[in-house]
Amino acid sequence: MRKILVVVERSRGALDETAFELHSAAKELGEPAVAAVLMGEDLAAPKAELVRWFDEVHVFEDPRLAQPDGDFQARLLAPFVQREQPLATLVPHTNTGMELAPMLAARVDAPLIADAVTMEVAGETAGGHVRALRMVLAGKVQARVSATGGPCGVILSVRPGAFTPLDRPPEAGGTVHSEAVPADVSPRRRFVETVTPDPSAVDISQAEVLVAVGRGIEDEENLDEVRSLAEAMGAEVACTRPVVDKKWLEKSRQVGTSGVTVKPRVYLALGISGSFQHMGGIKGGPFIAAINKDPAAPIFDVADVGVVGDILDLVPLLEEKIRERKT
Amino acid sequence: MRSSWNARWPEHPAEQSVDAKALTERELMEIIVCIKRVPDVSEIEVELARDGRSIVTRDLDYDVNEWDNFAIEAAVQLKEAQGARVTAITVGDDDSEDVLRRALAMGVDDAVHLMDPAFEGSDAWGLATILHRAIADRPRDLVLTGAISADQARGQVGGMLAAMLDIPMVALVTDLAVEGGTTTVRHEVEGGLERIEQVDLPALLTVQTGMNEPRYVSIRGIRKVAKAEIPVLTAVDLGLDPATIGTGAVRVTEEGVSLPTRGGGGQILSGSADEVIAGLVDRLQQQGGF
Repeated sequence: MRKILVVVERSRGALDETAFELHSAAKELGEPAVAAVLMGEDLAAPKAELVRWFDEVHVFEDPRLAQPDGDFQARLLAPFVQREQPLATLVPHTNTGMELAPMLAARVDAPLIADAVTMEVAGETAGGHVRALRMVLAGKVQARVSATGGPCGVILSVRPGAFTPLDRPPEAGGTVHSEAVPADVSPRRRFVETVTPDPSAVDISQAEVLVAVGRGIEDEENLDEVRSLAEAMGAEVACTRPVVDKKWLEKSRQVGTSGVTVKPRVYLALGISGSFQHMGGIKGGPFIAAINKDPAAPIFDVADVGVVGDILDLVPLLEEKIRERKT
Repeated sequence: MRSSWNARWPEHPAEQSVDAKALTERELMEIIVCIKRVPDVSEIEVELARDGRSIVTRDLDYDVNEWDNFAIEAAVQLKEAQGARVTAITVGDDDSEDVLRRALAMGVDDAVHLMDPAFEGSDAWGLATILHRAIADRPRDLVLTGAISADQARGQVGGMLAAMLDIPMVALVTDLAVEGGTTTVRHEVEGGLERIEQVDLPALLTVQTGMNEPRYVSIRGIRKVAKAEIPVLTAVDLGLDPATIGTGAVRVTEEGVSLPTRGGGGQILSGSADEVIAGLVDRLQQQGGF
């Protein structure tokens, strides 16, 4: 039976949580063997961990793989996938995965389902017909998609957080296979440095209470109302990506997968639609309160309490009531 | 390492001469920006069409994809700073001409409209195939795309196009400079960090939002380019077999759409503004919000 390949990612040397999420995702595709693909250098520890989870662990250990480089990864994995002929290859839909998946798909001539949140094998497993759900149009619509794989199967990039890892490793006792980077493949990108965050920047990651603002703020001037509300609550101001893109607040205040991960007790979301990129940065299950004028905003699906209305009207009122209550 | 599209769609003979002529031998850097017209759904309640396969598009506003707008600005800034010829390309119907005119108004030199009924319904693979054919036989030092599009949010076309052109690619670029035949880019990586890397041209970069401040496009600016000629290229012009693109050739079939299941959410407060805010204050206080 054709196996399933899972490309695992490391963050700061350790295995990324998506490795175990994709292990769970692979199990949605039936009972084939699941093989992890690990790339990097100094891999003893992640290798030892992965054999407890996966039936096979294929290891590309090479100093040139120390830094994630989706372009290099796609070119070295293409002949490997062609040799393995898997039913499916799962890639985390992370920043590097977004480089790797489309380039690998084009190189091995396989269909790619991007950013899948569910997956299943339709009909006969042998046919390699995979169905999945994915979100389109700013998360407001979900699309049912399907693809039939050829010799190299189907490639799926999987949304981080969409699948829940097992509580403990299944003690799979996987076999380790050393793989070599093909002689004719070498990196085309040269790593210069990782940008060090400004040490003087505000640190919202430790804040207990966050007042976060999104696109609904409409104008930079309106931020004063939000700052004033945060001050009344003894909270820090946080925001979504569009507010940083407009240069209205510092990058260090951006919550999300491309910003800061926070774990507050209370999260007040003002004019925030609730995209997964933003919500992905909120950990620890805080109490979430949301105000948004769009009743269909996804934030209301995850909020503990919601108000449908315009933050520009309601924020001053909220501040006033909170100041009254505190006296 | 040659992949199968090359076997099925032979390289255009002109491509070799392009590759052979490096940037240093040409007067001007050639930048190609791939852009797309998309609906803006940020403020609206999406309605499904009766067939369950699409959404009602009647009342939607369309504009250039937000990520692509940053890509256009990046290209125009490079042109202004050090000289370049910038070409904007889109695959789309008649209406897509708007985003090309908008790009011209921002300072792009040329626009190319890839339009053919055979292109309709193309998936990411199909779009990359069409763009590949249009770009492969042009001079191109830098190819820019948006990192994702606001409608399909696949983030695939740039990577597929780079692989088809067999040029290096970096995703989610937040800053870029070009010196000699090399680009130095800053791009987003895991954990909210950014990395700086260098790549020799030609290269493809996918642009993240916030990279720059896209210039305002006035109605007057659009009027100025109203008469600019925008060549339309069809499948035949590109030498594309219609059987390899469009609805009939999709790799990934969209079987239907639905609205995400609601619920799991908490209480939505109702009443007057004073009442809902009083209720919200209660809940925030109970939870230690102040």
